[in-house]
Amino acid sequence: MHQFKTNCKRERLKEIRHFVAEVLTDIGLSEIDAHKVILAVDEVCANLIIHSNKCNPSECLEVFIEDHGLDGVLFEIIDYGVGFNYNNYKEPNLEEIIRKRKKGGLGIMLVKNIMDTVEFKNEENKNICRMIKKFTKTK
Amino acid sequence: MIKIDNHINDNPEYYQLSVGGEVDASSSIHLEEGLKNAMTSSKKIIVDLAELEYISSAGLGVFMSIIQELENQKIKFVIYGMAPKVKEVFEILGLNQLINIKDTKEEALAAIQ
Repeated sequence: MHQFKTNCKRERLKEIRHFVAEVLTDIGLSEIDAHKVILAVDEVCANLIIHSNKCNPSECLEVFIEDHGLDGVLFEIIDYGVGFNYNNYKEPNLEEIIRKRKKGGLGIMLVKNIMDTVEFKNEENKNICRMIKKFTKTK
Repeated sequence: MIKIDNHINDNPEYYQLSVGGEVDASSSIHLEEGLKNAMTSSKKIIVDLAELEYISSAGLGVFMSIIQELENQKIKFVIYGMAPKVKEVFEILGLNQLINIKDTKEEALAAIQ
């Protein structure tokens, strides 16, 4: 189990990506597979930092990564802010985003496209995002 | 860290924006500023993304948010030079269908003439 804890500032996203990249390289993923998965983790963390925790630096965020071999790599992201209701998520229409000149709404679309399993749940006071990605390893 | 440079060419006339580094939720504002400056400066814009190492939805959203304005103002706009891993991110959401993407600067210049 690999673990990274940081506070809820946008500037921490680069450090989170660096942590995920190091772990995925150790696990033996190709750069292109790793790049997409790093993106998915970055998207979830950005949402939690900006929307759930309003960029409050006194709030924290934890990322856990565990290699489950043929069952894939498990990612868990835990925070203590306002929970995201994934059940209410409706995939945005790209034409509507263009017409309304919106900039948001794309992150969860990317995550759903990249990961094999995505779950958001709330346990006691913490929110847990659990994602699984299966891939072919190069090592 | 995002790196943005611009260059205005007179003959043929075009505006070149070069974007490098990493565009995420903390740096996408700089991409937005760079694109807005380009759009107020020229009707022919090419964006060099060869040095772009990473883009998240925050950066993709900036490109999407200007598509309507590009059409309204009849601005010719092409991005080019993306590394395969960056290009793939555009393709996941189908943005390659909405934005004119070329491999080389020569192709980009031909597309805006």
